[in-house]
Amino acid sequence: MHESAFLLGQVFNGFSVASLFILAALGLALSFGLMRVINMAHGEMLMLGGYLAYMTLQIVPGPLGILVAMPVAFVGAGIVGGFLEFAVIHRLSARPLDTLLATWGVSLVLQQAARNMFGAIGVEVTAPTWLNHTVSIHSGFLSGLDLPDTRIFILIVAAIVLGLIAALLNKTRLGLYVRAVNQDRPTAAAMGVNARLIDLAVFALGTGVAGLAGVILALLGPVTPTVGQSYIVPAFLVVILGGLGSLVGTTIASLIIGLFTALIEIFVDVSVAQVLLLVFVILFIQIRPQGVITVRTRALEG
Amino acid sequence: MNAIPAPILMMENVTVDFDGFKALTDVSLNLTPGDLRILIGPNGAGKSTLCDTIIGRVRPTSGKIIFKDQVITNLPEQEIVRRGICRKFQTPGVLPTLTVFENLLVAGRKNRAWYRSFTTKTPPAETARAEEILTQIGLEDRRNIIAADLAHGEKQWLEIGMVVATDADLLLLDEPTAGMGPTDTQRTAQLILSLLGRHAVLVIDHDMSFVEALNGYVTVLHQGQILAEGTVAEIRADAQVTAVYLGRAEDAEPAHA
Amino acid sequence: MTFQKKYIFAAAAILFGALAPFIINPYELSLLGRFLALSILAMGIMLTWGEAGILSLGQGVFFGLGGYALAMHLKLEGLNLANGDMPDFMVWSGVSALPGFWYPFANPYFSLACVVIVPGAFAAAFSWLVFRRRVGGVYFALITQALALAFSTLLISQQAYTGGFNGLTDYSTMFGIDITTEYAARYIYWITFLFVVAVYFFLRWLLASRYGVMLRATRDGENRVRFLGHDPVPYKVVAFGIAGALAGIGGALFTLHAGVVSPALVGVVPSIEMVVWVAVGGRNILWGAIAGTLLVNFAKDQISSAFPSLWLYGLGALFILAVSFLPAGIAGLFRPGSGEERVMRRILSRRKLSTAE
Repeated sequence: MHESAFLLGQVFNGFSVASLFILAALGLALSFGLMRVINMAHGEMLMLGGYLAYMTLQIVPGPLGILVAMPVAFVGAGIVGGFLEFAVIHRLSARPLDTLLATWGVSLVLQQAARNMFGAIGVEVTAPTWLNHTVSIHSGFLSGLDLPDTRIFILIVAAIVLGLIAALLNKTRLGLYVRAVNQDRPTAAAMGVNARLIDLAVFALGTGVAGLAGVILALLGPVTPTVGQSYIVPAFLVVILGGLGSLVGTTIASLIIGLFTALIEIFVDVSVAQVLLLVFVILFIQIRPQGVITVRTRALEG
Repeated sequence: MNAIPAPILMMENVTVDFDGFKALTDVSLNLTPGDLRILIGPNGAGKSTLCDTIIGRVRPTSGKIIFKDQVITNLPEQEIVRRGICRKFQTPGVLPTLTVFENLLVAGRKNRAWYRSFTTKTPPAETARAEEILTQIGLEDRRNIIAADLAHGEKQWLEIGMVVATDADLLLLDEPTAGMGPTDTQRTAQLILSLLGRHAVLVIDHDMSFVEALNGYVTVLHQGQILAEGTVAEIRADAQVTAVYLGRAEDAEPAHA
Repeated sequence: MTFQKKYIFAAAAILFGALAPFIINPYELSLLGRFLALSILAMGIMLTWGEAGILSLGQGVFFGLGGYALAMHLKLEGLNLANGDMPDFMVWSGVSALPGFWYPFANPYFSLACVVIVPGAFAAAFSWLVFRRRVGGVYFALITQALALAFSTLLISQQAYTGGFNGLTDYSTMFGIDITTEYAARYIYWITFLFVVAVYFFLRWLLASRYGVMLRATRDGENRVRFLGHDPVPYKVVAFGIAGALAGIGGALFTLHAGVVSPALVGVVPSIEMVVWVAVGGRNILWGAIAGTLLVNFAKDQISSAFPSLWLYGLGALFILAVSFLPAGIAGLFRPGSGEERVMRRILSRRKLSTAE
């Protein structure tokens, strides 16, 4: 295989991993911008999406099952997320650190529930045949480059979701309210924006997107009760690098982390790559502690 | 006072630009040691930004700030405090779980090196000074209560006390009467007047009754620029000021924001 | 609790702790010893989380550093290094010679020093890098969690140097004394108990000192402290460093009791479990941290072997309930209407009030 093909293959891999990070981190980042809280059970929304895909495909087998599974997972995870926001997070939102711990408790309960319902080993979701191909290049300097359909599919889904959310935030009234609450909650509330409802809507939207990401995870490997855990720590790092609740920041940070991981794994094994990623994040903080995108605040304690 | 003493703080042509929005434009201001200065202006005039710039929370885009003959424009915040400028914020910035007295002790530490904190003994001079300030701000009977339990006005006084305890030569008081009733406002004015001489004080406020009680030299800020300077009476008489600020403030009753 | 009652309880607890080897059976004693070792770490969490407001989801890392530092010595004791002897797992992994960084651990005093210094210094340096850039709160918690993940995966993957998934186990002597006997177990228990008491009184003093006041001041209003002319960073770094060192001591003592240290004790999940001990016991009260650790761990021991799935539901529920309804923990219940319980409620309600104003 050609060197440049191998390198390009890794870059492509980086982009597809980054796409997953975007989908996984988007909800975290949006809610963090609004409420300054992190939902530790966000990884379980991925897991939920995966199991919903599995169940949907039991009912709707065939090539289009996966396309049915995506809205099902989006709505399902969104509803569970909305309930979680209403029942736990909203009550604790004045205490961000306690919210971390309480939602971690939720995550343990959800994992155990999945274990009891589906078993610890995990279930397989077979990709439809139209996603079973691999785009291979056999000639030229990129000879030997393989681009699996599923990975291309991830890129497309992430791009569409990102485009829709950007449109939602920038073009709709809901988006206007979200940006208003993001910038100045008391003022927005004084102007008649129901900040409480905005929190709930954004949270449900974010967990819904995570559910969607879960469907894609299901195409890549078995769905296990802890499947979300392997993606959630990088997603947290994306939030740290991305800056407060910024869509652009989250996207750039996902790309940085995705590409960094994919390229560093050319040289070192996965465990060392994890250590180097952490070192990279610490170094990044030294240079840009406020994240990729800066938001100014006038509050004493920001 | 015949000879005019050298200014303790000089702002020279300070401009602050927030990504294209000019919060301050070419502001020059001299403050006299031990003296009072009142800064007024409508909302968004740049009063808080001016304070932020002096204490290093906001860095000027151009111009410089000289304190006691030394340029402090780009020093770290805690270094500016150590040189002798301390600020009270708009929302009370007391330390809620510490007692009133502990709040004053934290503010009044003379040697601020962290490695000198591993002791249970407070230097007697610091304790004595904290007791003195406690009396000055009128919270003797609240000494051992946690600051979170204080009434709103009391928190404001405690924070003024903390700023005083740092023994800074220049105190910046950002809306010290925000949310106070008339009685507490007058008390605050008396407290501030009692600080003069030992400290130079820059007060930001909207409330004209408070400004009149203080009766000091007034600077009016409007859209990031200095509009007028003078005594309270002169400012009252200034047609321009009345147009942009006082007139409007008197029409639309609430001066607090 | 009244003044006298408080001292009677304290005296009773110390007396029971000291005489435990004569009161309870060896199995219970071994559990108590382990959990007391963990409570040393828990007191460190009380210091950083409760008093400094720094939530770490990576205390397992420092616990592991302490545990491994001692276990490396225990694996080497009795081996003839000059002869090319190596710990058993290295032989199985086909390592040809003892790696260089293992050599100094042949010296027991070096190992014991490392138990405290390595986690303490690492915690201090790590937190300094983050705090100096004014990154804290939720960000810091997430970064420490990433640290726990990286550390445990690294331990597992570097099988030949770390013993991999199984960790370091199977050791028998220290200072030439057989540590597997019931007799030795008593002494290990007493050493642990002594550490618990010493750390308790050290932290009491520290929290009563001017440093303690500054630390709480930093928690209450980092920027206010900064604008009073103090640099808040060293206070936080010292607290985190001490907590790291305490976790290391706890890790080493736990390793002595359990006879094993492995990645399963230091990863993401155990790290966050450590926080719940303190949440249950009371994050602002030292004895609460000890009580919480003992309570949760004895409960886990009872429940998890009989009903493993029930335990995970219970643990999850414990997280949710403790922080939602009992922010000052069990210890806070003993002081209703005054002190920590009320202070906690105050801090916790602060942000809600300020947005309502």
